[in-house]
Amino acid sequence: MLAFGNPVDAAIIGAGVVGCAMARRFSLEGASVVVLERAPDILSGASKANSAILHTGFDAPPGSVELQCMQAGYDEYMQIREDFNLPILDTGALVAAWSDSEEARLPELLEQALLNGVADARLLSRAEVVAREPALGAHVRAALLVPREVIIDPWSAPLAYAMQAKALGARFHFNAGLLSARFDGDLWHLQTPMGTLTARSVINAAGIHGDSVERMLIGGSQFEIRPRKGQFVVFDKAAAKHLRTILLPVPTARTKGVVLTRTIFGNLLVGPTAEEQEERERPDVTRPELDMLIAKAVELVPALAQAQVTAVYAGLRPASEEKHYRLHSLPEKGYFCAGGIRSTGLTAALGIARHVHGLWAQDRTAGGKPITAPPILPLPNLAEHLPRDWELPGHDGIVCHCEMVTGREIEAALSSPLPPGDFGGLRRRTRCAMGRCQGFNCLARLNSLTEGRLSVPITPEADR
Amino acid sequence: MSSDPYDVAIVGGGPAGLSAAIELRARGVAKVALFERGDEAGGIPRHCGHPPFGMREFGRILTGPAYARRLVAAALAAGVTILTKHTVVHTGPGGLLTVASPKGIESIQAARILIATGAREATRAQLLVPGLRPLGVMNTAALQAFVYQEGRVPFRRPLIVGSELVSLSAILTCRSHGIRPIAMVESEPDVQARRAFFALPRVLRVPVMTGAQILAIEGRLRVTSVRLRLADGTETLLACDGVIFSGRFVPEAALAEASALVLDPATGGPEIDQHGRGSDPGIFFAGNMVHPIETAGHCWAEGRRVAGLIAAELADRAKSEPKETPGRRVIAGAGLKYVVPQRLTTEGTGTAPDLNVRALGAAKGHLILSNGSGTILRSQSINAAPQKPIRFSLAGLDLAGESSDLRLRLEPKA
Ligand SMILES: Cc1cc2nc3c(=O)[nH]c(=O)nc-3n(C[C@H](O)[C@H](O)[C@H](O)COP(=O)(O)OP(=O)(O)OC[C@H]3O[C@@H](n4cnc5c(N)ncnc54)[C@H](O)[C@@H]3O)c2cc1C
Ligand SMILES: Cc1cc2nc3c(=O)[nH]c(=O)nc-3n(C[C@H](O)[C@H](O)[C@H](O)COP(=O)(O)OP(=O)(O)OC[C@H]3O[C@@H](n4cnc5c(N)ncnc54)[C@H](O)[C@@H]3O)c2cc1C
Repeated sequence: MLAFGNPVDAAIIGAGVVGCAMARRFSLEGASVVVLERAPDILSGASKANSAILHTGFDAPPGSVELQCMQAGYDEYMQIREDFNLPILDTGALVAAWSDSEEARLPELLEQALLNGVADARLLSRAEVVAREPALGAHVRAALLVPREVIIDPWSAPLAYAMQAKALGARFHFNAGLLSARFDGDLWHLQTPMGTLTARSVINAAGIHGDSVERMLIGGSQFEIRPRKGQFVVFDKAAAKHLRTILLPVPTARTKGVVLTRTIFGNLLVGPTAEEQEERERPDVTRPELDMLIAKAVELVPALAQAQVTAVYAGLRPASEEKHYRLHSLPEKGYFCAGGIRSTGLTAALGIARHVHGLWAQDRTAGGKPITAPPILPLPNLAEHLPRDWELPGHDGIVCHCEMVTGREIEAALSSPLPPGDFGGLRRRTRCAMGRCQGFNCLARLNSLTEGRLSVPITPEADR
Repeated sequence: MSSDPYDVAIVGGGPAGLSAAIELRARGVAKVALFERGDEAGGIPRHCGHPPFGMREFGRILTGPAYARRLVAAALAAGVTILTKHTVVHTGPGGLLTVASPKGIESIQAARILIATGAREATRAQLLVPGLRPLGVMNTAALQAFVYQEGRVPFRRPLIVGSELVSLSAILTCRSHGIRPIAMVESEPDVQARRAFFALPRVLRVPVMTGAQILAIEGRLRVTSVRLRLADGTETLLACDGVIFSGRFVPEAALAEASALVLDPATGGPEIDQHGRGSDPGIFFAGNMVHPIETAGHCWAEGRRVAGLIAAELADRAKSEPKETPGRRVIAGAGLKYVVPQRLTTEGTGTAPDLNVRALGAAKGHLILSNGSGTILRSQSINAAPQKPIRFSLAGLDLAGESSDLRLRLEPKA
């Protein structure tokens, strides 16, 4: 049992990108913070499996809180990224039209972009599109160019938020899912498998379980999560040469559609699908959908017919029965919800955190003072286009050859202030075993290097 | 940074690279360097703790690690410079290599380059296998590294996917470490290695299911089961705690690809001529990266053969600048997966090796070599299991008069 100690100002439920950003914002504003996460590590839900695009909000609903949060999140990311050594891949995005009807919709998309303050968006003719992206299928008609849509490292960014929160005193508890809760009129008593915690307020950032956590806390829920699965195929690095710009489809009412984009790690990614499902714990990949994604990629860029597949994965969007974010609160109980952060949360997280902190601070006279000179812990670079550890002398050799991860990087991750709790966490912090051989060469070695250092080991404990 | 130029730089310290290095030194090539990205040279055999290795090379049966140690010792004794923890990240025209090591990044110059980076087994992702992505899914090579190198057992009751020689090797590895495979599944209608070998799973009571498709790997944290559709259309759930993806080898062609050398989509490896020369005349290839997959002994012999040609070329002063050599293509026709080499040059050095051929599925019938006008040059009868290496002999054929592309096809027995 953990000794949870004195009541904290804010208990955050869930350490996805939203929970991590929330922990940072509240800590920066001087609040005492605890994060309770059910999984062994941060980013174990929707936040581990997205397209990694930092969106401008060009196609978000005009005037929405979502748009506000996305743009605030985008701006703050750009402000802090150099301090934290967080990369961007400056790609821009093309919303490409492949038919008459799609081409006819581009002007209205441009209008929406301008209305949303994305002033540099502009239409490109077929010739301009082809000049920019010569490998596109011959049937491309025209496109909307959105220059400031960029690719980021979807794992290092939230890790940086969490690490700063931790450096400011926030406590992260893993394998500590909220089981039940009671409000005594003054304090929350939050029960987890690791013990009971008392807090003056609770922030629900539980993603796919946002509605059930809300019920646990306040007895009912204003919304219902409707999981929407997105599957992806990652092509080998050799495929990345065929495309520079993020390729977005003309959106439909239901989804942003299938995207073809580079990743910050030097691969090419196609996805996601948008599949409604009941199951909340089943981000499985399925054959017809993977085949469809590959066919789609080849249709967009015919040269991909020869491309090798490096990885496949799926994520569950925490969508709700309505399109908009579910940001609401019960101030008298100190309850705040950041739920239903469906498909733009990576971009919006820093903005959502500011928004929720704003609500939280409204009728609060107590609480700490904002931190004036917060600690900044730059992250090791994992982006392919920037210098990596293996390029610098003095490392002790490469462990993962496909992704060129050094032993020094593995050790640094394992001994960092917020070390990985499982193999997935180590992969997200270093890229190890994420490459074309998927551990053919290095898995056994990684098992030995991590022995006794992950709360969920690679090999079952009993068999050591 | 740069050092004195080498005569030959070899990339990859497996059986092919090591045997080539030894042979080059034996033929009087002065400066031979071998770059190996791992902590030790030896290649894949280093973690195959089982026999049989070494029959052809040393006249006795050795385990993989013993075999690897012998090859490394022979290379060192021959005066080969072995540089471990050295990853070649690029090869440029004119014999320029970019090498990463704990010292940082260096440029290295060599008169000739030999790339022998081997092959690996296809991953679960490459095979687009559906389901969840729990811990406990790995290739045979990773399993062997677990048990032989690290002394760890990753699971107790795995399912083996594939039915090649290496799949049988996976059974043996399991059984010698207290692991009991629950079954072997093969998506093709037939086992991929010779039927006679499947006495092994029979004796060990490992059921072999051919024509079985994986519908899903199950398990949130670790593998709990695999859902299958069997050949007869019924579905079944097999409880297991791991999945071994064995075989379906693909060349380790990342370096060749990054260096813009021409690849053959059929093998996934480089396009070469009968001397092992690739699309850059100064760069040669040997071992499993040109033909997934052969035994270590075959790769060893091939390394020697290519080394002989490189040594002869370096000794022949007229040719010491590598030159493009004209040649005819050899095309894999109906029924065939690949033919290596992909090009036959008119250049006379050395004897023409056999064509190395793989069929699509089992091959029963005749292999027929014809020229551009359809004239049959040679026919050879054949009866081989699906993944079995097939040799098509060119001995005695006079190809000097043939200027058109050649085509090899399989004519199945009626
Ligand atoms: C396929 C796909 C593509 C996407 N592409 C993009 C993109 O390109 N750009 C972009 O900006 N956004 C994108 N998104 C959206 C983004 O990934 C999500 O909006 C974001 O990850 C949501 O974060 P979250 O923190 O709300 O949820 P999550 O990441 O799911 O975090 C919730 C956390 O709460 C924990 N939890 C649940 N129940 C409990 C409990 N009882 N107690 C304690 N902890 C609990 C979970 O374990 C989890 O870690 C995409 C999403 C998907 C699925
Ligand atoms: C699980 C398994 C079991 C097997 N069992 C048997 C058996 O019982 N008997 C048998 O005869 N054969 C067996 N084989 C096959 C045998 O291992 C191979 O035929 C043989 O190792 C191929 O030799 P190679 O030199 O072509 O490549 P490899 O042995 O694969 O060596 C390639 C080397 O190149 C290095 N390398 C790759 N890229 C770079 C780079 N960019 N820079 C520097 N170095 C690099 C690699 O680290 C590696 O050491 C088995 C194979 C496997 C996978």
